[in-house]
Amino acid sequence: MTPMQIGIFTVGDLTTDPTTGRTPTEHERIKATVAIAQKAEDIGLDVFATGEHHNPPFVSSNPTATLAYIGAKTERIILSTATTLITTTDPVLIAEDYAKIQHLTDGRVDLMMGRGNTGPVYPWFGKDIRQGLNLAIENYALLRRLWSEDVVDWQGRFRTPLQGYTSTPRPLDGVAPFVWHGSIRSPEIAEQAAYYGDGFFHNHIFWPASHTEQMVRLYRERFEHYGHGPADTAIVGLGGQFFMRRNSQDAWNEFRPYFDNAPVYGHGPSLEDFTRQTPLTVGSPQQVLERTLSFRDYAGHYQRQLFLIDHAGLPLTTVLEQLDLLGEILPDLRAGFAEGRPAHVPDAPTHASLVAARAAGQVEQAGAVA
Amino acid sequence: MTRLVVVSAGLSNPSSTRLLADRLTAAVVGELGGPGEGVDVVHVELRDLAHQLTDQLLVGFAAPELAAAQAAVRDADGLIVVTPVFSASYSGLFKTFFDTLEQGVLDGTPVLMGATAGTARHSLVIDHALRPLFAYLHAVALPTGVFAATDDFAGPDLDLRITRAARELVGAMGVGGSAVGERRELVDDALAAVTPFEELLRRSRG
Repeated sequence: MTPMQIGIFTVGDLTTDPTTGRTPTEHERIKATVAIAQKAEDIGLDVFATGEHHNPPFVSSNPTATLAYIGAKTERIILSTATTLITTTDPVLIAEDYAKIQHLTDGRVDLMMGRGNTGPVYPWFGKDIRQGLNLAIENYALLRRLWSEDVVDWQGRFRTPLQGYTSTPRPLDGVAPFVWHGSIRSPEIAEQAAYYGDGFFHNHIFWPASHTEQMVRLYRERFEHYGHGPADTAIVGLGGQFFMRRNSQDAWNEFRPYFDNAPVYGHGPSLEDFTRQTPLTVGSPQQVLERTLSFRDYAGHYQRQLFLIDHAGLPLTTVLEQLDLLGEILPDLRAGFAEGRPAHVPDAPTHASLVAARAAGQVEQAGAVA
Repeated sequence: MTRLVVVSAGLSNPSSTRLLADRLTAAVVGELGGPGEGVDVVHVELRDLAHQLTDQLLVGFAAPELAAAQAAVRDADGLIVVTPVFSASYSGLFKTFFDTLEQGVLDGTPVLMGATAGTARHSLVIDHALRPLFAYLHAVALPTGVFAATDDFAGPDLDLRITRAARELVGAMGVGGSAVGERRELVDDALAAVTPFEELLRRSRG
């Protein structure tokens, strides 16, 4: 059992290294993604998650092929998404794909639902962006039924009806993959996660901590409101971002050109301002450790911490070095997260824990009948 | 407490834009009964926020000082806005500030518009540039805008227009924003009073 899952998530961007002017090829970047995931397992991380984009400069289309391939090359790490586009992907396809990966990887998969941040992707998949929220709600409601019910009769607004339809393969051990819902500023998504008792993930990076705090608080309150348990037992995940070297000043010097030219925040705020205003931490391993452990101050005890480490044109060798350093502080991170964690705060959900919870529920039900 | 916020986009220091903003502010405060008479005045000097405004365009969130200015504007009972005229319109800095506001923030807020320029040939800028902007933002743009060319600061007429505009603003603030129409829901409102999921499900069915 792992109380707190620690891992990485990737956007899959193809970005020019500003220090060399070199842009990796799609092939190099795709292979690098696999190498990074394997390294993540090697250093003892719990989760590798990939984003989903369907346009240049990204290589993260078709995340299920990537995850299945990585699944075959790894033994232990949980494969996840950050995020799966629940708006534009047919839930019938999501149900099949992730149940299949569940079987192939013996349950080492979960998903994070998101609405994406690229408007034009909607028409590429025949959807209407004005219906983004409604698509997220209807598609997810259908996805749940496809996993939980063997035979589904269904009719909705955004796809053809289903009559006597059975999604195959059925989820491994009859337990659907755990679902997180990711959102930065949409209370509706925190509400959706709370309603179903699913996990809520806040991207956390690129934004002031106050956004994270507001959304996580809302999700926790509503989780309790819907009767899933006390607010502090809700399942919370956070993003994070760091660049570390043994010597803090070396980290600042090396990361600065990548920061200054990064697609997301380049040519904007100074690195100093941005590290102050967002959870980005640049410095020594000890500083990354301390900053990460401080996220609990406003998010409460949580279950999953994912770091973005392979973006902004950072070369693969650098990313792998960052993982080595993360591996070194990993025991301290785990110990730190365990410190002061009340016993009733649930461990991070896994396939095994969901199977056990279902079995316990059945026993309880049988007891109630007797 | 009446909350009056003054947004000024002058670039030099001192600037004639700030000078006009100060005279408008003094007139409004006077109409409200004088300083300290339940009036809280917040000055937002956009020059000081220029870097943070650009940063927000690039990264999508406001640095603390800019966020405080945006919150003051959101909570204002009345607004005085003054821009210098650049290339026949409001300045880019002035527009950028309003570009960074969340949609709905100015719904129903009475706005006294002012503009400064070197010559009187720009005098229609308030009606041709500022008024459409504040109409789009669903603010209540008052009938009298105060345009001041350099020459105007020498004559007595400017004061007459300032007084008339100030009375209009105070009158509109007395009416209150809610009389004009409901304000669109802001993210903070939605976070404070979340729509229950059953309702979201119902809406999703169309």
